[in-house]
Amino acid sequence: MNQPEPPKYLLRFFKWFCKPELHSFIEGDLIEMFQERVESQGQRMADWFFIWDVLLLFRPDIIRPFKIFKIETNYMFKQNLTLSWRLIRGNKGYAFVNIAGLTMGMTVAILIGLWIWNELSFDAYFENRDKLAQVMVNQTHEGITYTASSIQVPLGNALKEGFPSDLGQMALSSFKRNFMVSNGHQKLKSSGLWVGTDFPSMFSLKLLSGSIKSLENPTSVLISESLANSLFGSQDLDHSVIRIDNRFDVELAGVYEDFPKNTSFHETKILLPWKNKENFLRNQSDWTDHCCQLFVQLDGRANIDILNEKIKNIPTAHIEQWKEEIMLHPLNKLYLFNQFENGRATGGRVDFVLLFGITGVFVLLLACINFMNLATVRSEERGKEVGIRKTLGSARIQIVFQFLSESLLYAFLSLIASIMIAWVALPFFNQLAQTDITLPTDQPVFWILSFLFALFTGLIAASYPAFYLSSFKPIKVLRNTVHAKTSSPLLRKLLVTTQFVVSITLILGTLLVFRQVQYAKNRVTGFDRDKLITVDISTPELRKNLDVIKHDLRQRGLISDMAYSSQSPSHFTNNNSLNWKGKDPNFTMFFRNVGVSPDYGETIGWDLIGGRDFRLSGDSTSMIINESTAEILGFDNPLGEIVEWRGKNFTITGIVKDMLTQSPYEPTEASFFVTDDFMTKIIIRLPSNISDHDALSAIGQVFESHDTGAPFDYQFVDQEYAKKYDYEERIGNLAAIFAFLAIFISGLGLFGLASYVAKQRNREIGIRKILGASVSNLWILLTEEFVRLVTIAAIIAVPFASLLMNDWLSQYTYRTSITWEIFAVTIVSVLFITIVIVGIQAIKVAVANPIKVIRSH
Amino acid sequence: MKKHHLGEFEEMVLLAVGVLHGDAYGVSLKKEIETRGERNVSVGALQTALIRLEKKGYVKSSEGEKTQERAGRPKKYYQITAYGQSALEYKKSIRSRFWDAMPNIQLNIR
Repeated sequence: MNQPEPPKYLLRFFKWFCKPELHSFIEGDLIEMFQERVESQGQRMADWFFIWDVLLLFRPDIIRPFKIFKIETNYMFKQNLTLSWRLIRGNKGYAFVNIAGLTMGMTVAILIGLWIWNELSFDAYFENRDKLAQVMVNQTHEGITYTASSIQVPLGNALKEGFPSDLGQMALSSFKRNFMVSNGHQKLKSSGLWVGTDFPSMFSLKLLSGSIKSLENPTSVLISESLANSLFGSQDLDHSVIRIDNRFDVELAGVYEDFPKNTSFHETKILLPWKNKENFLRNQSDWTDHCCQLFVQLDGRANIDILNEKIKNIPTAHIEQWKEEIMLHPLNKLYLFNQFENGRATGGRVDFVLLFGITGVFVLLLACINFMNLATVRSEERGKEVGIRKTLGSARIQIVFQFLSESLLYAFLSLIASIMIAWVALPFFNQLAQTDITLPTDQPVFWILSFLFALFTGLIAASYPAFYLSSFKPIKVLRNTVHAKTSSPLLRKLLVTTQFVVSITLILGTLLVFRQVQYAKNRVTGFDRDKLITVDISTPELRKNLDVIKHDLRQRGLISDMAYSSQSPSHFTNNNSLNWKGKDPNFTMFFRNVGVSPDYGETIGWDLIGGRDFRLSGDSTSMIINESTAEILGFDNPLGEIVEWRGKNFTITGIVKDMLTQSPYEPTEASFFVTDDFMTKIIIRLPSNISDHDALSAIGQVFESHDTGAPFDYQFVDQEYAKKYDYEERIGNLAAIFAFLAIFISGLGLFGLASYVAKQRNREIGIRKILGASVSNLWILLTEEFVRLVTIAAIIAVPFASLLMNDWLSQYTYRTSITWEIFAVTIVSVLFITIVIVGIQAIKVAVANPIKVIRSH
Repeated sequence: MKKHHLGEFEEMVLLAVGVLHGDAYGVSLKKEIETRGERNVSVGALQTALIRLEKKGYVKSSEGEKTQERAGRPKKYYQITAYGQSALEYKKSIRSRFWDAMPNIQLNIR
């Protein structure tokens, strides 16, 4: 009889979800109704109704409970955990290796994540961050545009009057400088700024006392909490009087909370009002004198790009010598995008953030790959266990569950360990990266992310063994016929190769960074930085007593030489333009102008290659230029030529070899030296026959005995200059740590893998041995596979890394070269490590007694 | 007085079980409610109601024989219990009280 039947798949579906005790009865009802409907309405309608009925049967009372063995699930949880724990204790080595690798990866991820967050939230302390911007100047000369933050004073009014609707508050500001701050008894050198009245409210200073409008009074100042504590022991105002630079008095009108480390104004301890008559800058009306900064706050609806178009030409009309435009650089990009090309922000620190982010992800990936690899390996070893479990009646899902829980246990243990390690390592990390990061244990986001990550890793790692293995037919497994492979499957090979590609790239990168720094350090200085210190002429008393002090120091043999200058030879900040005969009127070039005392050359040890040094007196119209300047001036013999600067004529009387005073990665800049200038620094060469420490303390006493009005404070020129390598060195250090971790993790992985493969093949090895193979033959056999993998990794890594390295180097004009040595060293070392790790396992197996091995099978 | 928790639909199912006395199983109950109750009933809703009624003790079930039409599946017959009967009577009496108290004016007697 050809009875029509209801849709089979639906029947199966129903059977799957229905409670067994109800199933057959309801199914019967369904079928009965189906038959009736077929007769009355036809097959089609019967089918549809059937589907409808089944779907509507999907209800709580009818669905079977999905915890298969209800009581047993609770028991199962515990049992799984106990089992996993016992396995860990029984196989401490494996467990340790696995957890260690993952922990390291997680720790790295946590630290990098925190660092990136710190960088991205730079200046987030300021509430108005998204509306604030700094005015930058774009000076175009011979097709190249230079961008800088130093602008001219008249710009402030021009913007204020010209665009009242787009720009709300704005504030001029000097560059950071040191002020000698005194409360009558104590004098402290503090970094501070002359700032416009709006500054405190623009940057939403958190005031502990006083009003945010304090700077409206030109004799009031605001100081930071730490300075207040040092000077007054409290933050109470009492409208105390503070003496600045031993020259003038101001009134304390308020105390603000210190700027945190990740802000632009970190360490700024005192804010003085721009309008104060002691601020020389405020009277500047020359559009060519770029001497200060300008911050603006955009009005709510103002669009920065449109605004930029409107304002960019403001200075252009005032300056004939070159094309000058301004642009607004928003505060939320100021820190990360600090490099400019042709007037646009193209990158800078943000590139490093990205780089580290990617590196962190990769190292974490390595660790996870390892984890998965080892978990897989281990689970294959437990194939037997799986088989037995299945014959005892485990449902497949239970086995999956068991592997999952084991893997999750590992993942969470790693998470806990990594958080603890991160917590401990954070102070060192902070030192290395110059940051102030703390573990955000109070932020739920942090915990949620960590939890999710551990969960995710555990699940992924367990996925392969859980699903693959649990599908084994028990008989096959028990008969050991399942894993007869002598080489690792493709996936595993891929994973190992990837690990090594990443590790090799990291090592190459690290080596390159260090090489570049070393290269820069090896550049010819042009003068002698050793034992050279600078002392600020910070008070009028000191200035008066200079000659006396010099005489005194000389007499006591405490100095080798002493001179004065307008700047420190560790960095020239001023620049100006010159005029000379035959100069192309359209040509614009800036020269570093340095004021020096006549004995400057002797003191710093420059190399005079033409003409003569300054005479001790009467040389106020003489000028000494460096090689680069001479080249630009273009005279056959510059000596004797007249040059005009600041409206005054100078005669070139000497030429010195270029000195390295600016960036070690850029070419030396054209500079000139004159004696007719205002000196702000003392330069001293310490004597060679006394230790620096003794010399300095004695010198300090001499200074103080002459009532200089300021504590003796000095800087070592070489240390100051070394700060220019600082960023790269830090990067190099961080990269080295990552490279080490990467190799370590990869090595761990290799170790685990090699031991597994070696064990797998011990039967084969045994037979070969009996057939006459020597230990070395066998050893080569076993290591060969891995060496091949690593070589492939190297082949992939080299071109990839070369690309990256070239890209990074291109930002430096002075750069080292990528020689074959870097690659050779890296590849050889990595291969060596590989051979050692795999070799150890190989030897163990190759040396084993073949009879024992074969018998065990 | 004992509280009987009996939903509107459950009550109707229970009534149907009573009406079909001896012949009350899935399909027949569905048909009965659909005709006499003038409403649509899904198998799922019906089965759920029967399960609940049985849990509450208003009905009891027993297995029937396997028949050819149902491809060999047995039927589950339901019978109303004394407790179930008292529940129905309780519900009915409550309703009657309201009807008795209803003033005649309001009734739209045709």
